[in-house]
Amino acid sequence: MAASEQEILAGLAEIVNEETGIPTGDVQQDKSFTDDLDIDSLSMMTIVVNAEEKFGVRIPDDDVKGLSTVGDAVTYIQKASA
Amino acid sequence: MTSSRLTDSQRVVVTGLGATTPLGGDVASTWSAMLAGQSGVKVLTEDWVEMLPVHIAAPVAVEPSEILPVPQIKRMDRSGQFALIAAREAWADAGAPEDEPERVGVVIASGIGGVTTLLAAYDTLKERGARRVLPMTVPMLMPNGPAAIVGLELRARAGVHTPVSACSSGAEAIAYAVDMIRSGRADVVTAGGTEAAIHPLPLAGFAAMQALSTRNDEPERASRPYDKGRDGFVLGEGAGIVVLETLEHARARGARIYAEVAGTGISSDAHHMAQPDPVGAGASRAMMQAVQSAGAQPSDVVHINAHATSTPIGDVAEVQAIRRALGDATDGACVSSTKGVTGHLLGAAGAVEAIATILALRDRKAPPTANLEDPDDDVTLDVVRGEPRVLPDGDVLAMNNSFGFGGHNVALAFRAVPA
Repeated sequence: MAASEQEILAGLAEIVNEETGIPTGDVQQDKSFTDDLDIDSLSMMTIVVNAEEKFGVRIPDDDVKGLSTVGDAVTYIQKASA
Repeated sequence: MTSSRLTDSQRVVVTGLGATTPLGGDVASTWSAMLAGQSGVKVLTEDWVEMLPVHIAAPVAVEPSEILPVPQIKRMDRSGQFALIAAREAWADAGAPEDEPERVGVVIASGIGGVTTLLAAYDTLKERGARRVLPMTVPMLMPNGPAAIVGLELRARAGVHTPVSACSSGAEAIAYAVDMIRSGRADVVTAGGTEAAIHPLPLAGFAAMQALSTRNDEPERASRPYDKGRDGFVLGEGAGIVVLETLEHARARGARIYAEVAGTGISSDAHHMAQPDPVGAGASRAMMQAVQSAGAQPSDVVHINAHATSTPIGDVAEVQAIRRALGDATDGACVSSTKGVTGHLLGAAGAVEAIATILALRDRKAPPTANLEDPDDDVTLDVVRGEPRVLPDGDVLAMNNSFGFGGHNVALAFRAVPA
């Protein structure tokens, strides 16, 4: 069964926290990875690869550019794993 | 003594010390264990040990994960973690000298670089594919990574450098830093060495050279410089970092001064890739340069922290080199090898041992050479064993030797600075 939106958000927050130390509570749907969370492109790639593994999806590099907020990533993962 | 021929803006002094070693997570614990002759060598418990002839090494006493947050740990090679921890200690110990970033430099060496990152990344590539290779892999494995990490931490903009000369790298970093200050490029330079190579590949490589001790059942007795029973070195890891600045700069800010780097000597053998010149010609030239550039005489040298790694050939070659350099004054210098307790920290060795030399001068106390029970007949030096040796007062020199595969020789001469 595919993960729920809440489960994806929680899982993503854990990955972000592990990579950057940002508290999981700060990783919310409306937050921009770059502007709000100050995540650089190298950390973003690690987060993407870890998310691929955790949720069993593939996020091509071209699509990563379109994931500006946490919510974008949650929606993408939810669709890709549906 | 002709340090007086240098002005106070050319004389370089040590104002901060930092270390993380097999003996302790800081300088104080490292130094007290050295004086007490407490070994940091252990039997390794990793599964891969079984495929190697060597089962022992000297890992750091305090894991970086106990100090640094996980996200930081994940973005740095282990050698970078050690360097950051030691540099923070040294910088705080120096009283965090304030200066324009353009006048602050960093010189941090490594013998092997980010070897554990490189090999782990290659395992990941083979087992899990290119996409799983971390984007930070290259910055983590590059040998200048630790220097860059410390440069970022200290906002150093006068230049960040990484000499690589195998086991003399850490000492070469200090010599380079002295040149950097004397040439006017910087006022304050944080310098030293770091190494994190306890991994089956470097161990297998050194073991293939028959360079490592295989005294697996007696880890604490395995590193035994100058002893008849020595059978190779023990691989250690860690970092040693010092803060250097001009005497003028240190006095202007009221800094506590440990010692002056009175002289430096660098030479190369052009003899063999991995064996010392048997008569120690290159090594003795480095030592003579260090004494001469300190404006001193061989008889001023009262203590030598030797390179002596506990290999059958190297220890004796250094004896020849010391005799050649100091001549009749050789017997006036007591010699210690602290590798008996630390193992061999490769690119960090010269820096950690420079710190030991500086502290020997400060405390007027030379540390014992651990495990020296039955001295080799060819070791015709006054080697400190058993208990620490009291050093004479006065305007004397203490010297640190470091030599590396490739025929690199570095000698550093330290002198106490009157208040």
